[in-house]
Amino acid sequence: MSANRAFDEIWGMDEGHGGRPEFTELADWIRNTPPAELERRQQAAEAAFRQLGITFAVYGEEESSERIIPFDIVPRIFTAKEWAHLSEGLVQRVEAINAFLADIYGERKILDDGVLPPELILANPQFRGILAGQRPPHGIFAHICGIDLVRTGPKDFFVLEDNARTPSGVSYMLENREAMLRLCPELFEKFRVRHVDNYTDMLLETMCSVAPNGARSQPVCVLLTPGHFNSAFYEHSFLADSMGIELVEAADLEVDDDFVWMRTIEGRVKVDVIYRRIDDDYIDPLIFRPDSMLGVPGLIAAYLAGNVALVNAPGTGIADDKAIYSYMPEIVRYYSGGEAKLPNVETWRCREPEALKYTLDNLEKLVVKLVDGSGGYGMLVGPTATKQQIENFRAALIAEPHRYIAQPTLALSTVPTLTEKGVAPRHVDFRPFVLSGAEGVQIVPGGLTRVALREGSLVVNSSQGGGTKDSLILRETAEDAAGGQG
Amino acid sequence: MLSRTATSLYWIGRYVERAEFTARLIEATVRLDALSPRPAGQAAWESALLVAAADHEFNATGEPKTPANVSRYLTLSQANPSSIRSCLDAARSNARAVRTALSRDAWEAINRAWLGLRGRVNTGGSQATLALVESIRAEARGFEGALHRMLRNEAYSFISLGAAIERADNTARLIDVKYHLLLPEGEKVGGLVDRDQWTTILHTVSANTAYRWLYRDGLKPWLVADLLILRPELPRSLLASSEEVVTHLGYIGKRTGLQGEADRLARQRHMMLGRASIDGIFGRGLHEYLTSFIVENARLDRAIGKQFRFG
Repeated sequence: MSANRAFDEIWGMDEGHGGRPEFTELADWIRNTPPAELERRQQAAEAAFRQLGITFAVYGEEESSERIIPFDIVPRIFTAKEWAHLSEGLVQRVEAINAFLADIYGERKILDDGVLPPELILANPQFRGILAGQRPPHGIFAHICGIDLVRTGPKDFFVLEDNARTPSGVSYMLENREAMLRLCPELFEKFRVRHVDNYTDMLLETMCSVAPNGARSQPVCVLLTPGHFNSAFYEHSFLADSMGIELVEAADLEVDDDFVWMRTIEGRVKVDVIYRRIDDDYIDPLIFRPDSMLGVPGLIAAYLAGNVALVNAPGTGIADDKAIYSYMPEIVRYYSGGEAKLPNVETWRCREPEALKYTLDNLEKLVVKLVDGSGGYGMLVGPTATKQQIENFRAALIAEPHRYIAQPTLALSTVPTLTEKGVAPRHVDFRPFVLSGAEGVQIVPGGLTRVALREGSLVVNSSQGGGTKDSLILRETAEDAAGGQG
Repeated sequence: MLSRTATSLYWIGRYVERAEFTARLIEATVRLDALSPRPAGQAAWESALLVAAADHEFNATGEPKTPANVSRYLTLSQANPSSIRSCLDAARSNARAVRTALSRDAWEAINRAWLGLRGRVNTGGSQATLALVESIRAEARGFEGALHRMLRNEAYSFISLGAAIERADNTARLIDVKYHLLLPEGEKVGGLVDRDQWTTILHTVSANTAYRWLYRDGLKPWLVADLLILRPELPRSLLASSEEVVTHLGYIGKRTGLQGEADRLARQRHMMLGRASIDGIFGRGLHEYLTSFIVENARLDRAIGKQFRFG
């Protein structure tokens, strides 16, 4: 996989020449702003992030256990047309995810119709049998989805992963924009960019809309965090603060008579909606992991009694399982009645003998992932792996093929990025955030662009040395509108 | 407000106050050490350890009581739970946990102070030590400033309450230790004393000029005690700190309807201080008076925890 064959979103296919006409002004800005000046602004942004404490913890590192995610000063841009295409596909996909969850925890029609093998659901640890038959308030399971998209050409977008549990990163979308507005105001004069700052209002609206029936007209919403040692704690506090809701830890909550209460200096207060940033496994020691200190005993009972809404609902992990991912085109077709507007990346399910054989024969070309892995852990990138790493994966694949999927190594698009040697193309992905409330699906026009800072690297995860960029979505121009009608 | 949040805010107040007090103490001690005609380093630093209630722990380290060792211990040691670094670690950890209850400025001041000490191994010579503690005091002032610009809500009152309780304790210990040291057994108050030591006390509470303005007199030990215990004008005096505790408890009570034992103890203490005279205190015995004040203060601290359901 070589970087120079990848599609660059600003410079086009051929670096420096014949870039994309709609972004000439950005290319000019990059060319005309001295690297030292870009560097200075980037450092100013990073210093501000450090001072604000926008840090994340890297597991397994004792030294400097709090780091900031590197921020890249060169933004990424989507045209209004590109965004329209993406958001249509995202709405379709997330509606299908919610329909799928309601179905498999309900009537299981999709299994009766033989669309996917029942054991893939029923024997999956992410499927929570105890919740079968439970309809969450207003029937919505995945209120917040972060859909990871990759791009390989001007019109070629693919879904790489659906994050339907507790997707993180939205605070970077918001803070990166604040930094860009302050440090590169001239860009916002050149480009008319849609706002992202009402995300938290939309989120609060979504939470209030799914409050259990019988809750007060002003439902009490809280954000449940595992605590300030969690890698995403900054984001938890940032979101709670922006929404003006309490940031609670498990010890602040208690369940009594199937209602959830928080402990305050004035006594206890009933809670209606919990945006929980704790995984299912840890959320209630009475039901899931009994050794969890992070959870609230009795929380699931309160949820089953319909007295509290959990955002996202428990059990959504089954929808972003990588084994299920490979069936998403079928799932979207089954519930929406049409083809998926955003296709999947081609995926081999190693549980199937032929796919396993193909995978083993082509390990050096493929990306192999654990079906239940995340954050870039437990992943083989064939083209950059050592012989030893490939052999280790071969042995693991043969031992437990059902735990793996394989995908081609995509020529991920690049975006100009400030490097030690000046501005150069680096591979990126994109995570927009999709909100589903009682009133329907909403997407804030923006998202988190992650960038692999090392030359040629395709791994964008922050735990693996990735950085972030601001993602600008352009407003529709008169031309776009005319083109759309014609 | 969550009980856990109230607890953390209260302790942020206490830890930042303690860090700032220790910084002042080090600054005053460096000054005392420098002014002493003989190499008096050891005595000055020994008394600093006593004021910081860290002498036992320091002795356990087995290190000689050199200025460098003691100032490092009080400033940077992670083994010393009251060192400036430990206080800032604890303040920041609490602040991170209740980030949403603080304004951005207040959080940034704590975080900057913490960042400033991270990675420091040595305080360096006296000049470097002074520069370091000055920067900590500057951040602490920044925090106070940010605090005053915060919404006047319960969060503001819990932090201020913690700070006032801590300040009362610190001032009481400062007077107690220095008097003990300065007045060897059997010697009467007003005997021959080391002027520089008195100046040190005033420096530690930034009250040098205040003393001149209020008393227009040369340094008299009983007047220094009067200033630090009974003068309402001096923010760090026991009376002013006690009054602040009453005010903030009253404020929280008004906003939440919660009043109780803590209010009663605080009002009682404030009333007694208001009626006391310095002659009476010396008559009863200054050391006994201060010891019982410190015990009362700890009792008030526990009553606050109980009243607001601290974790």
